[in-house]
Amino acid sequence: MKKPSRAPFYSIIVGLILLGLGTAWLRHTTMEIPFLAGEQRPVWMIEARVDFFANGDPVVATLALPDNPPGFRMFTEQAASPGYGWSVIESNQGRRGEWTKRSAAGPQTLYYKAQFVGGLDNDPIIEPQIPQARSVIWDGPQATAAGQLLAVALSTSSTPQSMTRELIKLLKDPSPDQNASLMLAAEPNMATLLEKLLNQAGIPARSAMGLYLEDARRHQSLTQMVEVYDGEEWVLFNPATGQQGVPENLLIWHRDNQSLLDVVGGRNSRISFSMIYQTVPALELARAQSNDSIFSIIGVHRLPIEEQSMFKLLFLLPLGALVVVFMRVIVGLKTSGTFMPILIALAFLQTSLGLGLFSFISVVSFGLVLRTYLSRLNLLLIARIATLVVLVIFIISVLSLVGYQMGLNTGMTITFFPMIIIAWTIERMSILWEEEGPKEVLVQGGGSLLVAVLAYLMMQFPLIGHLTFNFPELNLVFLALIMLMGQYTGYKFSELRRFRAMVENEIVEDKAGGTK
Amino acid sequence: MKWVSPWRLRRMGILGMNCRNRDFIGSYNPRHLFPLVDNKLKTKLIAEEYEVATPRLFFVVEQQHEIATIEKKLTGLEGFAVKPAKGSGGKGILVIIGRRGDKFIKSSGVEITVEDIRRHMSNTLAGLYSLGGKPDVVIVEDLIQFDDSFEGYSYEGVPDIRIIVFKGYPVMAMLRLATHASDGKANLHQGAVGVGLDIGTGSALRAVQFSRPVTHHPDTKRPLHEIQIANWRDMLLLASRCFEMTGLGYIGTDIVLDKVRGAQLLELNARPGLSIQVANGRGLLPRLRHIESIKPRSHRTPEQRVDYVMRTFTRDGQ
Repeated sequence: MKKPSRAPFYSIIVGLILLGLGTAWLRHTTMEIPFLAGEQRPVWMIEARVDFFANGDPVVATLALPDNPPGFRMFTEQAASPGYGWSVIESNQGRRGEWTKRSAAGPQTLYYKAQFVGGLDNDPIIEPQIPQARSVIWDGPQATAAGQLLAVALSTSSTPQSMTRELIKLLKDPSPDQNASLMLAAEPNMATLLEKLLNQAGIPARSAMGLYLEDARRHQSLTQMVEVYDGEEWVLFNPATGQQGVPENLLIWHRDNQSLLDVVGGRNSRISFSMIYQTVPALELARAQSNDSIFSIIGVHRLPIEEQSMFKLLFLLPLGALVVVFMRVIVGLKTSGTFMPILIALAFLQTSLGLGLFSFISVVSFGLVLRTYLSRLNLLLIARIATLVVLVIFIISVLSLVGYQMGLNTGMTITFFPMIIIAWTIERMSILWEEEGPKEVLVQGGGSLLVAVLAYLMMQFPLIGHLTFNFPELNLVFLALIMLMGQYTGYKFSELRRFRAMVENEIVEDKAGGTK
Repeated sequence: MKWVSPWRLRRMGILGMNCRNRDFIGSYNPRHLFPLVDNKLKTKLIAEEYEVATPRLFFVVEQQHEIATIEKKLTGLEGFAVKPAKGSGGKGILVIIGRRGDKFIKSSGVEITVEDIRRHMSNTLAGLYSLGGKPDVVIVEDLIQFDDSFEGYSYEGVPDIRIIVFKGYPVMAMLRLATHASDGKANLHQGAVGVGLDIGTGSALRAVQFSRPVTHHPDTKRPLHEIQIANWRDMLLLASRCFEMTGLGYIGTDIVLDKVRGAQLLELNARPGLSIQVANGRGLLPRLRHIESIKPRSHRTPEQRVDYVMRTFTRDGQ
């Protein structure tokens, strides 16, 4: 009977707590499940509106869609356009949304809406193969001018980035030299010109169409930017300002290797963008982007809603058990039936506290009255319990019906009470009454209700429901705490009262001894 | 003062419920031995095997149909006790001390009919008084004719002596006296008087009722400090032998002193209560730790163990 070493036990406890908290933390960071229930995340809601005039023929309209824009992540997307078929086509050219209709005539309006989460880190896009610079062909005089311009820029720069900056500086000069003026005259679009020049210099460059995000703007259009490949990644430049890198409020909509909008079967097509800044519950955000990582397997969000709500209750039980263990081991409260309080607390969750307490007490006291009559009938125990079960069902039905007639719809919810458990409770309390008197019934019944109410208060706390449901692994922490309390050998709170008589008696005796 | 600081309790060496359950019951009482003490019938049978004296068994009722013809079995029995074999905390014990016509007289003086006895037995068989509501059997055994030395010390009930035996060493003892308030029951929380007994001599140390010190029995007014248990050493021996009998390290033995048959083992308890400490005015822990520190097998026989504790756990000693 040697006492086993406690080290393995405590390492299990510590392990469980670390496992629970660690998994929760990892899931929080990787899946962005929020720790707080009501947490809101800002998102950009962007709407692209396509207008065109249909000729009466079959219509195919395709729109370039954002594909992993740097710094943003798509949260939801949808197309609203009555009568049109909609699909998203993904190819290595990028994503395109396609509207189709057998025949359409007159002015048409198509909408594409998407929500984006912003403010994320820019993950550099790794190109599978190193991009090559395009070959550029100019007319005679422009070729010379371009060559001279590039020579100047090359001499004052060292890297593709500085080269780009130097070129922008030359082109943007308020009093441009001859070469720059000539090039600008031939190609007034700064971005296109810059891209061509860079490619000519052997630096891979491409143009990208970005959308500047500003809250509550309408009729916005895309801004052309230039992306330069520096040997490792694409670097974005704003040709108008020379600014390097992707600004926080710029969403890259598409790249120039594809057109923004193609309409077949229509004419006069136009596209405009509007946007608002809105907030959505962070939890919804996390749920929408649940990916295939191992952490999402632990979550129950993939189950059907019906099963999810069952799990919601199930994952609350460990907390209830923790409350019961605490109240009985540490506080020393007497309850009738060890875990009956949890079941009552679960029933309270369905009924609301006041009504639940009222109906529980009335059902049990009704049952006790009937039980006193049953005890005179001298039934066998099992038959007596079964009789009680039936009677409890009757009592609950009557109470529900009365509640319903009085206009209390909630009256129906008391059917959530575990009837078998209530029948046993009535039986035990009745015996307790006969053997120990009504005081003990009040003590134990009150203790059960107190524990039930405490467990209920903990369980209905929105944060706790949120945490146990979204981070089921936190129940490992509860498990560890329960096991830890199983090792507690100190005094219960109630014993501090129970044994106070000993201390008092001792004091009295000491005094008596002193006077003798 | 409503609460006591836990440190104060610890200094007094008081054993708490959690500590008892885990460090003593959990560590020294192997689970598979519990049925021996939880079932009074098994206790009785094994006690006979080890020649530990127990009240005479009249008969056992195991089946519901036997209850119909119970009068026949009860004929010729003046006083008897009806007990559930797996009862706990004194629940379901019916003591009949005599008859008047076809009525039976309970120890409280109330008359009951044979129908009441039938119902009581039927309830017992169905498991009303057993732990966990399991089906049970009824034991009908001889009534204890308590010793004259207790005359006037008990009201409507049998005074019994509770001795806590740890690893075969009796560590603490008290005499439990039924009172009017306790309805003839010997449980302290129901209002019985608990008299702490000196392990060395078997004389009264102090007495409490409802955790308050008392000097006289509340009903009979006899002074309690005069109590001196006769044949104290035999009683300790009887208690100590229960260790070999059951193999349980931490038990409470309930012993009664019969006028004719001497010390009798009434029942054993694998989860003895803590109020014995209140009756004795001292905590159990120092004595339990002392026994734990004794080298194993330093006292091999019950006699050696009893002599050791009578020397060690004296009124002013440990």
